[in-house]
Amino acid sequence: MIKRASVARRTIATPVILSVILLGFALLALWAGSKPFNQTIIEIFLRVILVVGLYIFIGNSGVISFGHIGFTCLGAYAAAWLTIPPMMKGISMPGLPDWLMQTQLPYWGAAGLAAAFAAVFALIFGLILMRLSGIAASIATFAMLAMIITIYSNWESVTAATSSVIGIPIVRNIWPYLIGAVIAVFVAWGHAISRTGLALRAARDEPTAAAASGIDIPRERLIAFTLSGAVMGLGGALFAHSIGVVTPDTFYLGLTFTTLSMLVVGGMGSLSGAVLGVVILSSLIQVLRWLEKGMQIGTSTLSIPNGLQEIALGVVMILILIFRPAGIMGNNELSWPLARAEKPDHGGA
Amino acid sequence: MAGLLQTLFDALSLGSLYALGALGIALIFGVMRLVNFAHGDVIAFSVFALLWPSVDAVAVVFAGNMPWFLLVPFVLVMGAGLSVLSELLVFRRFRRANPATMMIASFALGFVIRYFLLMLFSSRPKSILLLPTLSQPVEIFGARIPLLQVITIVATILILFGLTSFLRRTRYGLEMRAAAENFTMARMLGVRANRVIMGAFALSGALAAAIGLILAAQTGTADIQMGSAVMLMAFIATVIGGLGSLPGAVLAGFLLGAASVVMQVVLPAEARVFRDAFVYGAVILVLIWRPQGLLSARGTKERV
Repeated sequence: MIKRASVARRTIATPVILSVILLGFALLALWAGSKPFNQTIIEIFLRVILVVGLYIFIGNSGVISFGHIGFTCLGAYAAAWLTIPPMMKGISMPGLPDWLMQTQLPYWGAAGLAAAFAAVFALIFGLILMRLSGIAASIATFAMLAMIITIYSNWESVTAATSSVIGIPIVRNIWPYLIGAVIAVFVAWGHAISRTGLALRAARDEPTAAAASGIDIPRERLIAFTLSGAVMGLGGALFAHSIGVVTPDTFYLGLTFTTLSMLVVGGMGSLSGAVLGVVILSSLIQVLRWLEKGMQIGTSTLSIPNGLQEIALGVVMILILIFRPAGIMGNNELSWPLARAEKPDHGGA
Repeated sequence: MAGLLQTLFDALSLGSLYALGALGIALIFGVMRLVNFAHGDVIAFSVFALLWPSVDAVAVVFAGNMPWFLLVPFVLVMGAGLSVLSELLVFRRFRRANPATMMIASFALGFVIRYFLLMLFSSRPKSILLLPTLSQPVEIFGARIPLLQVITIVATILILFGLTSFLRRTRYGLEMRAAAENFTMARMLGVRANRVIMGAFALSGALAAAIGLILAAQTGTADIQMGSAVMLMAFIATVIGGLGSLPGAVLAGFLLGAASVVMQVVLPAEARVFRDAFVYGAVILVLIWRPQGLLSARGTKERV
C-alpha cells in the first residue's frame, strides 16, 4: 500500500501537467470568445478523449487496434437514444424498445450510460479477440469495426441507417468537454500505474518473460480493452452532443486514422505523447485551415489552394516520423523539470 | 445451371481483384514488414494518370486514347513508377522503424497522394469510357458472362503464373524469396537489399495498376476513393492467408471473394444488407482458428 502510494506520488505530475495544458486551452477559448474557435477547442478536447482512450489499450499492450472507433460509434448512438425527445425518436427510429423510447436523460447521465454500454461491448468483443496478438489482432479489431459500422448503417428501425440522426441536444459549453478530457487522462494514468497496467506493459516489452512470471496476458489485455472501450464510448457520447448529429460514416476509417496518427506521432507508449500528439496535430490543422481561407498580409490576401492543407499535414507527419520514429515523446512522460533526475522512469507509461 | 455458372464467375472475378491486391500488399510486407496503406491510392493514381487534370464531371481523356496494347503497359508503368518513387522518397528512411510507425507513415503518404489527386481532379467521381468493347457479354454454357469478367479471371491467372515463374526461375526472384524468408541472412549472403525492395515495390505498383484498370473498365468511373474498398479486403486477405506468404494471400483473396458472393446468394433477403457483417464475422472466426494465417510463412511467428 505504501509502495503504491509512492508510485502515485512520483508520477502524479504527468496527469496534472497535462490537465493544466488542457485548462490553458479552455481559458484561451474563453478569452478569445469567438464561437468557431470555441468549437475548435471542443474538437481538440474530444480528440484528446479518443486518443487517450486508444492509448490505454494500444500504448500499454502494444497491439494496434483499428476497431476502437467502433466503440465511439456505440457511445454516440447510445447518447442519441437516451437524449433525443421521445416524439422525435418515434419518427426517426421507430424500432426502439418502449422503455428506451420513453427515456430522456440529461446529457451527462447519458454520457455515463453510453460509456458503460460501450464498455460492455468491449468486454464481449474482447473475450473473443484478446486471445490474438500482433497483426492478426489488429485485423480482427478492424473486422469488428466494419461489423459495427455495417450493422449501424443498415439497421433502419433502430439507427435510422445511413441518414443522420438529428435532435441530439447540443452542448456548446466548453467545460463538460474539458472535464471529460481530464477524466480520460486521469483514468489512463490510474490504469498505467495500477498492477494490471504494469503487468500489461511488461507483457508488451517481454511477452515470454511476462508469461513465465505468471502474467495472464489475455486477461490483462481484456481489462485494458474494456477500460479503453468505456473511454471511447464517453468520447462518442460527447462527440454526439458537440455537433447534435450522428451518422455511422462519421465513425469509420477517417476518424480511425486521424486518431491513430495523432497517437503514433505523439508517441505510442506515452500518455503525454497521446495528449501532445492531439494538441500539435490539431493546431497544425487549424493553422492550415486559416491559411486555406486566406490570410491578410498587407493589402493582399495570401491563401493556399484546396487540398494543400491535407497534403501539408501528411508531409509534416511523415517528416516527424522520419526524425522521431518513436513519436514526439518516445517513451517519456512530462514531469516536473527539477524532479526528473531523481525520479526513475515508471516503465514508459 | 446458368445461374450457378454466373455465381461462379462473379466469385472468381471478385476473388481475382482481391487476390491481386493481396499479392501487392504481401510482396512488400514480405521484404520489409511494411503494411502499405498507400496501396489503394496507387490504384486510383494509375487510373487518373490516363486523364488530363480538370475538375469537370466528364473526364478529359488524355493518355487513355491510346490503343490497348500501349494503354495497358502505360498504366502498369505509372503504378510501378509511383510505387518505386514512394520507396525512394519515404519508405527508405523507415528501414529501422517499428511496424506501427511505418504503417502510419504509409497511411500519411496515401493521404498525400489522395489529396494531390483531389487538388487536380476534384473529389467528384468522373465517368470514363475505358476499353468499351469489354462490356459485351459472351455466352458460355448458356450463361451470359460479361467479357470483362472472363478477361479479369484469365489475366489474373496469367499474372499468377508469370509471377510464380519469375519468383521460382530467375535469380531476381530467388533473391526476393530469400529476402522475404530472412532479410538479414539474405543480406549477409550478398543479396542487395535496396534492389530487392525496389523490385518488390515496382511489382506491387504494377499489380495495383492492373486492379485500377479492371475497376475503371468495370464501373466506368474514376474516383479518388476507388482503391480503398479493394485495398481493405486485400489487406484482410493478406493476414488470413498468412502474412508474407504469397500463395496464402492469393488463396485467401479468392476465398474472400467467394464468401462475399456466396453470402449474397444464400442469405435471406432481409439479412442481405448485413452481408459484410457476416463476411467480417467469418474473418474473425478464421483468425481465432488460425491466428498465423491459413498458410503461414516461416519466420513471421509471434513468440507469445
